[in-house]
Amino acid sequence: MAKTIIPFGPQHPVLPEPVHLKLVVEDEIVIEAIPALGYVHRGLEKLTEIRDYHQMIQVVERVCGICSCLHAVCFCHGIEELMKVDVPRRAKYLRVIWGELHRMHSHLLWLGLFADAFGFESVFQQFWKIREKIMDILEATAGNRVIISVNVVGGTRYDISPEQCRWILQELNGVEAGINALQRTMMDDYTVKHRTVGVGVLTREQAIELGAAGPTLRGSGVAQDMRMLKYAAFDELDFEPVVETGGDSYSRSNVRFRETLQSIDLIRQAISKLPEGPINVPVKGNPEGEIITRVEQPRGELMYYIKASGKKYLDRVRIRTPTFANVPPLLAMVGGIELANVPVVVLSIDPCISCTER
Amino acid sequence: MLFMTPNVIKNFLSKKATRLYPFEVREPFEGYRGELVNDIDGCIFCGMCSKKCPSQCITVDRTTGIWECDPYACIYCSICVEACPTKCLSMNNVHRKPAATKSMYTLQGVPPKPKKKAADTAEDKPAKEDK
Repeated sequence: MAKTIIPFGPQHPVLPEPVHLKLVVEDEIVIEAIPALGYVHRGLEKLTEIRDYHQMIQVVERVCGICSCLHAVCFCHGIEELMKVDVPRRAKYLRVIWGELHRMHSHLLWLGLFADAFGFESVFQQFWKIREKIMDILEATAGNRVIISVNVVGGTRYDISPEQCRWILQELNGVEAGINALQRTMMDDYTVKHRTVGVGVLTREQAIELGAAGPTLRGSGVAQDMRMLKYAAFDELDFEPVVETGGDSYSRSNVRFRETLQSIDLIRQAISKLPEGPINVPVKGNPEGEIITRVEQPRGELMYYIKASGKKYLDRVRIRTPTFANVPPLLAMVGGIELANVPVVVLSIDPCISCTER
Repeated sequence: MLFMTPNVIKNFLSKKATRLYPFEVREPFEGYRGELVNDIDGCIFCGMCSKKCPSQCITVDRTTGIWECDPYACIYCSICVEACPTKCLSMNNVHRKPAATKSMYTLQGVPPKPKKKAADTAEDKPAKEDK
């Protein structure tokens, strides 16, 4: 049969992200995918010209709704390093706690959406029910559900009291039990395996060559996680990246599933080691110089390039997000699969187009 | 197979996970950042809030004594509350209700009297120039 081009997105019933793929199909098999981006470009990097570096924290938090805390952490790290600010240990631990809570709620949201992509509506709702507890923790400790804006240059704005710590640990027990109860449904089910195992395979070599990031990379057997850079308080926490070797959609979802449980462990460790002391230090002056900082977002490596010249306004902020890195691997995954599997494979990289286009 | 069964039974026996909003509203958390409130009597119209605001939703007019906030541009970060020198700004823990039309939160206060020193120096300046 002759080649046909089928447009996929930017509005699609199973894909919440505004990405457009032109799928070149022959019979039911996808030969090639041509991406088109730019539907949600907001020009946030340009805002650095009219917002000073303190206000930019609130701007970069809005790059992505779901990992906003980690964007702010990455940005603050850069500015703090440029200004040689010594961040208090307690603030570093608090950043880890809020960062890991963000990772958990992002992964739980994704696990739900992934289940929804292959028509598993009840698991979708179950995961989101668990996620609601994380949102409650964020709301109670930081004052907002999603964009918590707790980070400032020099530390954090809010503290977590010992009572709140106990409450968080108690809630996390419930979250862990809930996730474990869904483990077999999500990972051992015949129907789920049928839709995910061996679908959208990305080999280890391909993953490295195409520059994949985050769970997409770790799902292909590469143990690379930016938390290994020991930023924030990760130098004192017991941490090992989660790796799966299959390289298919199943491996990627398994990486995220296991990372959710790992985040619970990291939060428990951080709370048990939470040192006493101040949560921020006053910052004076303006940053000068240029720097690249990296943190691990739920979707992978997040990179910030900051250039400052001693003024209130930064010269340049360049944000490179993990989904941007994961688009070329996605195109490699989509080649050769059935058309019906495309939504599942596209979702398996956890695309965040809002991040990508900034 | 049937891995969902324990979950299904548990959900049957436990109470609902959802609420019948708006008939049943959850108690807001203590630290929740809701609406921005200004106690205008304590306001000195220094304009610190409008300078620090990342979304620039606050306008302060020193001369007329009008303090205005666009609650639909506000991002509920409470940076202004922390920056306020007189602590007249605060955030309550009730979230803003959805509305069909946008409105401004405008407050009329007593504008600060112009400083005497500033007036004096203004008068002095032309005298200096003469010399």
